[in-house]
Amino acid sequence: MSYIAIRMLMGDRSKYLGIIMGLTFASLIMTQQPAIFVGLMTRSFSFISDVGLPDIWVMDPKVQFVDDVKPLQDTELYRVRGVSGVDWAMPLYKGLIKARLTNGNFQTCNVIGLDDATLIGGPPEMIEGRLEDLRRADSVIVDQYGANEKLGVKGPDGTLSPLKVGDLLELNDHRAIVVGIAKTTRTFQSQPVVYTTYSRAKNMAPRERKLLSFILVKAKPSVALEELTRNIESHTGLAAYTQKGFQELTYNYYMKNTGIPINFGISVALGFLVGAAIAGQTFYSFTLENLRQFAVLKAMGAGNGTLLMMILLQASIVGIIGYGLGVGLTSVFGWAMRNTILSFKFPWQLLVFSGVGVMLICLIAAGISIRKVMTLEPAMVFKT
Amino acid sequence: MMAVHCRNLTKRYQAGGQEVMALRGVHLDIPVGQLMMLVGPSGCGKTTLISVIAGILDQDEGTCEVYGVDLKSLSDRDKLAFRAKNIGFVFQSYNLLPSLTAQENAAVPLIINGVKRPLALQAAREILDRVGLGQRLTSMPSQLSGGQQQRVAIARSLVHDPRLIVCDEPTSALDHDTGQRVMELLKGVALDAGKALIIVTHDERIFEFADTIAHMDDGNIVKSPSLQPTSTSPY
Repeated sequence: MSYIAIRMLMGDRSKYLGIIMGLTFASLIMTQQPAIFVGLMTRSFSFISDVGLPDIWVMDPKVQFVDDVKPLQDTELYRVRGVSGVDWAMPLYKGLIKARLTNGNFQTCNVIGLDDATLIGGPPEMIEGRLEDLRRADSVIVDQYGANEKLGVKGPDGTLSPLKVGDLLELNDHRAIVVGIAKTTRTFQSQPVVYTTYSRAKNMAPRERKLLSFILVKAKPSVALEELTRNIESHTGLAAYTQKGFQELTYNYYMKNTGIPINFGISVALGFLVGAAIAGQTFYSFTLENLRQFAVLKAMGAGNGTLLMMILLQASIVGIIGYGLGVGLTSVFGWAMRNTILSFKFPWQLLVFSGVGVMLICLIAAGISIRKVMTLEPAMVFKT
Repeated sequence: MMAVHCRNLTKRYQAGGQEVMALRGVHLDIPVGQLMMLVGPSGCGKTTLISVIAGILDQDEGTCEVYGVDLKSLSDRDKLAFRAKNIGFVFQSYNLLPSLTAQENAAVPLIINGVKRPLALQAAREILDRVGLGQRLTSMPSQLSGGQQQRVAIARSLVHDPRLIVCDEPTSALDHDTGQRVMELLKGVALDAGKALIIVTHDERIFEFADTIAHMDDGNIVKSPSLQPTSTSPY
């Protein structure tokens, strides 16, 4: 009977394609929009992920997320170094400083000041130059997106010239020379990231009494990170998070305090509803048009259970095809957008999420049709 | 032996809030090996009667035995199995599945009975050969003429070797010559040993093929089945 069910389904080409289109649309929206959302949310803590070496981030207890910097006194660094279980602790400056480009334009940059001696907290990968070049006078390293886009200079013919090694910048009236281009993950705010030393960053930053943004901590081997964070908090009164904990803090802030989840949630819900409406309505109409065929099968001895399995099989087939096409289109979309500013991350959990969504739509569509077929009176086959 | 043995069959419907008596104490016997035609005006209860005989509808009162089995006494599951195995159907509008080929359509009853598809298709090929459609196995119903479609329907009604074949107006959509050929085919192929045929029809051109004719009116047999086919009909 499976064969008959499949032939019945594919025999009505227009309805078959209509159902698949509805499910493809639903599947596309239910994967593409969340993939952008996940990409965006991942960017919110991408800076934390990029700083891979330290185990623990120490900061002011009022900090809510990675860009919410509440500076500490430099002396806090020594207090943290004094906590038992700390292998090393390094300062990190993170702040927004305006850069003046060679064409006179201004661009706000996210300046990261690394410990002068160790350069801990630097970019994960260098494209040009070396991290050690930061020890040269006035040197800075710029991330590749900043160098290619916002810090690039437009020539008279409108073409954008990327910032290169050897080019000059002016950071808050301080001369800076580009000594390297780093590969980093795009951040949520999409500002250029400029790496320099901690002491140079303090010079460039606007005058403030406190300028230490974070303290990066490495735990001694065999020290439990959760225990060490508790120790640091109890000894210093500061907040301490593991890398994962700080990522969660940042992620949760964006989830709770921005309209992003609601906006994307609405898109996904609309995709589900429109997909369910198109697929459900078309599938129901397909069943109605085939009611006589089901009645013939019923008259000839096919039971309700058999017809139920036929409808579920038909719904499963269109579901699998629609889901596959939707997910495929989302993947193509992600691939096509890989070099643009658009955020896109497609983890396996999204496949499960959209799979469940499409399955629900198919069950709804089949459910409406099943009821009609189950109550079908086979005697209708004798009517013309 | 009786293929069909009905006594005092009654069936009521609710239509527009009113009760309609579709069958009013019908008595009917169809001996094995006979082709009986059931004739009568529209709305007289012919379709209801064959639906009860085929086990598609349950009567309200009375008994109806098909080859000694009282269908009403069977569970739904057993009734389906009995119908799938013992009854073949030919419908006025053919009711072929439009997305299946002639061969696949003819194989459907065997597939319903759980026969593996290759075997069912082989049997369908043989029966289509017998009804003269061996060259049209892969044709879709839309590519066949009305007569050819009805021949596929006849092949479908016979492929699983049922003991009772129920036909509803099998020739009304066909021209005279095609109707005659379909009836010759039905009578020739269907009435093997141990089988019986009941045909509901208005088409007096085919009365000559009947062994007996039962006249119905207002939910009852008004004229007992006659062994002498009538040559003319008031319907």
